[in-house]
Amino acid sequence: MTRPITIWVPSDSAARSMGADAVAETLAVEAAARGITLDIRRNGSRGMFWLEPLVEVEIAGQRIGYGPVDVDDIPALFDAGFMSGGEHDCLVGPVEQIDFLARQTRITFRRCGLIAPLDIDDYEKNGGWAGLKRAATLPPSTIVDEVIRSGLRGRGGAGFPAGIKWKTVLGEVRTPKYICCNADEGDSGSFADRMIMEGDPFTLIEGMTIAALATGAEHGFIYLRSEYPDAINTMERAIERARKAGYLGPDILESGKAFDITLRRGAGAYICGEESAMLESLEGKRGEVRAKPPIPAFSGLFGQPTIVNNVLTLATVPMILSEGPGPDAYAALGEGRSAGTQPFQLAGNVRRGGLVEAPFGLTLRQLVEDFGGGSLTGRPLRAVQAGGPLGAYIPVSQFDTPMTYEALADIGAMLGHGGLTLFDDGVDMAEMAQFAFEFCAEESCGKCTPCRVGSVRGAETMAKIRAGEAVEDNLVLIDDLTEVMVDGSLCAMGGLTPMPVRSAIRHFPEDFAADGGRN
Amino acid sequence: MAQSDSTTGLRPDEGVAAICAKYDNRPDALIEILIDLQAERGCIADADIAPIADALNLTRAEIHGVRSFYSDFSTTPKGRVCVKLCRAEACKSVGGDTLAQIVEKRLSAKLGQTSPSGDVSLEAVYCLGNCALAPAALVGERLIGRATADKIANAVGRSKS
Repeated sequence: MTRPITIWVPSDSAARSMGADAVAETLAVEAAARGITLDIRRNGSRGMFWLEPLVEVEIAGQRIGYGPVDVDDIPALFDAGFMSGGEHDCLVGPVEQIDFLARQTRITFRRCGLIAPLDIDDYEKNGGWAGLKRAATLPPSTIVDEVIRSGLRGRGGAGFPAGIKWKTVLGEVRTPKYICCNADEGDSGSFADRMIMEGDPFTLIEGMTIAALATGAEHGFIYLRSEYPDAINTMERAIERARKAGYLGPDILESGKAFDITLRRGAGAYICGEESAMLESLEGKRGEVRAKPPIPAFSGLFGQPTIVNNVLTLATVPMILSEGPGPDAYAALGEGRSAGTQPFQLAGNVRRGGLVEAPFGLTLRQLVEDFGGGSLTGRPLRAVQAGGPLGAYIPVSQFDTPMTYEALADIGAMLGHGGLTLFDDGVDMAEMAQFAFEFCAEESCGKCTPCRVGSVRGAETMAKIRAGEAVEDNLVLIDDLTEVMVDGSLCAMGGLTPMPVRSAIRHFPEDFAADGGRN
Repeated sequence: MAQSDSTTGLRPDEGVAAICAKYDNRPDALIEILIDLQAERGCIADADIAPIADALNLTRAEIHGVRSFYSDFSTTPKGRVCVKLCRAEACKSVGGDTLAQIVEKRLSAKLGQTSPSGDVSLEAVYCLGNCALAPAALVGERLIGRATADKIANAVGRSKS
């Protein structure tokens, strides 16, 4: 044999959490013992987490998968001839033909799991920097127009049109301007930002740099949560390499424009995912939310014009600015004002958990059943919480809702950051409602009273309901309290905590009944 | 006179000054500075507040306010190994509550506390981004998927050695 066989083992932290490092090491040891030379490379994750660690073997330009691989399987894999695609219980066939992956439309996640995350040449060979190179030749207003035309909306949760935000910052004459990437992905059920930062970090850097060229910003910050040590490590190294290669620095691709990025770590505060709290934190302060207006586009970091975008929003920009798909093809995907693709995340009690990037408009049922395969426990599903801890609990009867910003709003739910947490019929919805208040009490920044006090009172009242104490009266109290929180809170923390609470009461009244509910 | 730090040979406030200087004494880097200090010392002691305030030209109240706001910061040293157990919805959906009870017993530490031996601190966190492989825990910097008390205890053992 002339060239060693290339084997891919993910370095994504979720894959590592299932033993990917040990698998990579054992593969090398076993190969050496058998006198075989292997080229073991580390990729991001494909987002099929039930198969992790997913080992891929490159055979004639195709990648054949084996997963989930345990270290104990490795001698048998060699015996089975896995380097030429041999039969084994772990064999899942050509990875890109696996139904879960084949049925997706991967744009933002096009390279995730395919390349070595920190290999800047690999990135370029797979379409990387094409968007930035094109953007560097365009006037800022054209870049902004293309982002507007693509219909791309903020993927952090609010869904505000990204291009409009950029246009506002472009129109500001005050300098300096800043690009702030919100990588404080705190919603339970979400891991898409983490996957991109660990699996394709240059795409985020490229997107931020395009945003800088579009608006005249010369400095950017990535605010990355401390709960993601691997992502911090990968992003830091990616920034360094991009700087060395001239994609960041005083003269980006000889455009005469400067841009650089500083990574800032969070310190365990969920509220810092709220954009104004994040800006406070980036200024070195307590992460307390700011009253709006003014919006960050006018007065953001250090009071200067600032773009605040989520990781996924910025990571999608390079694809929009490049030749393929380009803004119009991107806009043609999806449904109505929910344009393009959304990285949905299947989480919790799910058989096939992972990342599903698909055009807006497929139904929740398709995601949960066709992709997810139902519950992990095999029991009937009872609810899906969409959009993280501030999102609604959706009952099975509403599973045919199309996944668009608008259709979800129509049923009193929201997309949020695209996380979908599945619960089987063992879930106690009154307990989840109480938890929603408790979480808000734990993570409230304390600046406004409806959130700071309302969350505590809500948790107390919900505990009384669960104990069967004056249930009807206390439910009326919850109704009043949540109304005050919705109307009177400064930000989405207090304003949306009522969403999981009210949806739980509305769709699962039996769990709140005076007789102690179903039990 | 304050005692020298046994590893760096610096007086405690000199160590603080060095960390602040690494960030050019920028007040906006306060959280980074506190993260580094906590990593070096295991906590941010009251005595550290004044030198940081001096270096960054902030008030002591501002430093105290930031230290007390973020849950990663501690005023007292944590255990040698820090275990963060996710208590959020995705982990609850697959038995996270039961796991928490078992882990508390196994590690001899309640959530938010350090074991009597000083070996392990157990903390609640809300999401580690491993929600498709819940329940999740972080032992030191090692993420654990489909966490069980055994897996967590084993990882603690490896971290200590």
